[in-house]
Amino acid sequence: MSNLQTARRGSYAGAFAGLMLRDLRVLRRELGPFIVRIIMQPLLFLFVFTYVLPHIGQANTIGGADFATVLLPGLMAVAIMFSGISAVALPLSQEFGITREIDDRVMSPLPVPFVAIEKVCFSALQSTLAALLVMPLAIYIPTNPVHVHVASWPMLAATLLLSSLVAGALGLTIGANVKPQQIGLVFSIVVVPITFLGCVYYPWAALTRVRWLQLAVLVNPIVYMSEGLRAALTPNVPHMYSGVILLALLISLLVLGWIGIRGFLRRVIS
Amino acid sequence: MPIVEIAGLTKVYDQQKVAAVDGIDLTVERGELFGLLGPNGAGKTTTIGICTTRILPTSGRVTIAGVDVVAQPAQARRNIGVVPQYNTLDRSLTIFENLYFHCRYFGFSNAESRERAGALLKQFLLHERAKSYPSQLSGGLQQRVQIARAIAHRPAVLFLDEPSAGLDPQSRIAMWDAVRRLREEGITVVLTTHYMEEADALCDRLVIIDHGKALALDTPDRLKTTLGASTVVELDLRHCENLAPLSEKLGAIPQIASVETTASGLRLFAHGTDGLLPEIVRAAQDYGVRDLSIDEPTLETVFIRLTGRDLRE
Ligand SMILES: Nc1ncnc2c1ncn2[C@@H]1O[C@H](COP(=O)(O)OP(=O)(O)O)[C@@H](O)[C@H]1O
Ligand SMILES: [Mg+2]
Repeated sequence: MSNLQTARRGSYAGAFAGLMLRDLRVLRRELGPFIVRIIMQPLLFLFVFTYVLPHIGQANTIGGADFATVLLPGLMAVAIMFSGISAVALPLSQEFGITREIDDRVMSPLPVPFVAIEKVCFSALQSTLAALLVMPLAIYIPTNPVHVHVASWPMLAATLLLSSLVAGALGLTIGANVKPQQIGLVFSIVVVPITFLGCVYYPWAALTRVRWLQLAVLVNPIVYMSEGLRAALTPNVPHMYSGVILLALLISLLVLGWIGIRGFLRRVIS
Repeated sequence: MPIVEIAGLTKVYDQQKVAAVDGIDLTVERGELFGLLGPNGAGKTTTIGICTTRILPTSGRVTIAGVDVVAQPAQARRNIGVVPQYNTLDRSLTIFENLYFHCRYFGFSNAESRERAGALLKQFLLHERAKSYPSQLSGGLQQRVQIARAIAHRPAVLFLDEPSAGLDPQSRIAMWDAVRRLREEGITVVLTTHYMEEADALCDRLVIIDHGKALALDTPDRLKTTLGASTVVELDLRHCENLAPLSEKLGAIPQIASVETTASGLRLFAHGTDGLLPEIVRAAQDYGVRDLSIDEPTLETVFIRLTGRDLRE
């Protein structure tokens, strides 16, 4: 029995690796467009708000002198978020709604939830890559100095990992539950608002003056991504407690993962 | 031991009152080419879906090579190859990669997967298209790739759901050849179809399904000979009123097994036609024989006999 179980676990790992390799092949083929998609928006954002505006003397009108430092973790969080959505939500919604090409992967000798989990894991890899691509831009483009130093490597690693997985799980939740025709709408009414209100452009602590908003955004997982990266990379900017951040990210992951996997199962097994 | 065992299988979809599959029992032997024949909506796809772990049965049990598909779906999938009704080729991968990664999903090593994918490309005459993407291939070729991919991990049973739907006649013949060759290799094939010619030409045994129920199960030949009649004679009459006496008279002829009334006359089910036709014409003289056609038995007639309906309706 235990022999059988070991063999089975081995074959699950093999199948899982096969799925990852497939995604890696597809990503490698589209690496150029992938990078462009990731960096274009933050690049322009940084250029206009932290390079052009300070040069024409408008710097202090937006976010203050430390704006660039505040932005670094925020833009990394946005990159994590968007690549999670584009890596999972869009393709999955297409595959379920139109092409059905996920079928062959669902028919692999792996319990079906792992096919969904693989999507989330691969998406996490892309999100981490995206965050690391945006980081040098956010450090070198701004005119004003950006005060970065890694306060805690474990915190940085844990935040990056958890945030990337949360983004993938959110992508899974959207991709498995939304029809391809409605993806655009969901983008406008969910993704864009949670990014704008994700404490990307200001630290959460600064919201004390808009108390209701400060409380409302606590359900937004992007807040914890930005704040976590703040705690790890720009410790001088006020941020939440690390423990609280990691706990909130973990809870987001479990909730979104659960909803996403359930939706996935409902789509592939009737 | 049978390779596919289906016992008391039923499926009632949510929000539907009638069962899509309604108590099907059947077994498929190793090496067989087995068919599910029935009109649209008969429950063929649902049955295949349950066998291939994609649909959960409401009750009943299916085992593939002894593995229960509900209790151990992942394990069961090792023994299953599927070509679904719709095209599920991975559009982001080339033909070679479709085969290669399918092997990887089943735990083949890099070298094994390359070798297997290469061998399949040769076997299915696809090697010139190895680097093409699915969208660059014709429907017939994509279908061939799907079959090659479905057997890449050497499953014990290959399920084909309406494999010739949407294929032109030439591709259909090519597909039949491919399926026959698989059977020669020892793969058990279970296919669904609503083309009786296809069921007749391909299957060792078949089950006729309608409204989720199995109506008859046998070899095509035995279905044709045992189900009441071997030859169908359509009798078109000018005067179709008061047919009962004629019907009785014809029914009394020993060669005629049974008689049915149709819109334009009578339909006779007969054993052979030797000497029969003059007798029929003589008997029907008063009704004005407009036309008389003889159909050698087909699965179509078997289906009509079983359900009173045409398979194409
Ligand atoms: N996912 C589903 N939800 C509800 N009803 C379904 C679903 N799939 C099939 N059906 C119904 O079940 C019956 C059998 O369908 P199906 O198995 O697809 O038949 P076939 O493949 O023989 O054409 C039909 O009446 C069909 O409308
Ligand atoms: Mg069908």
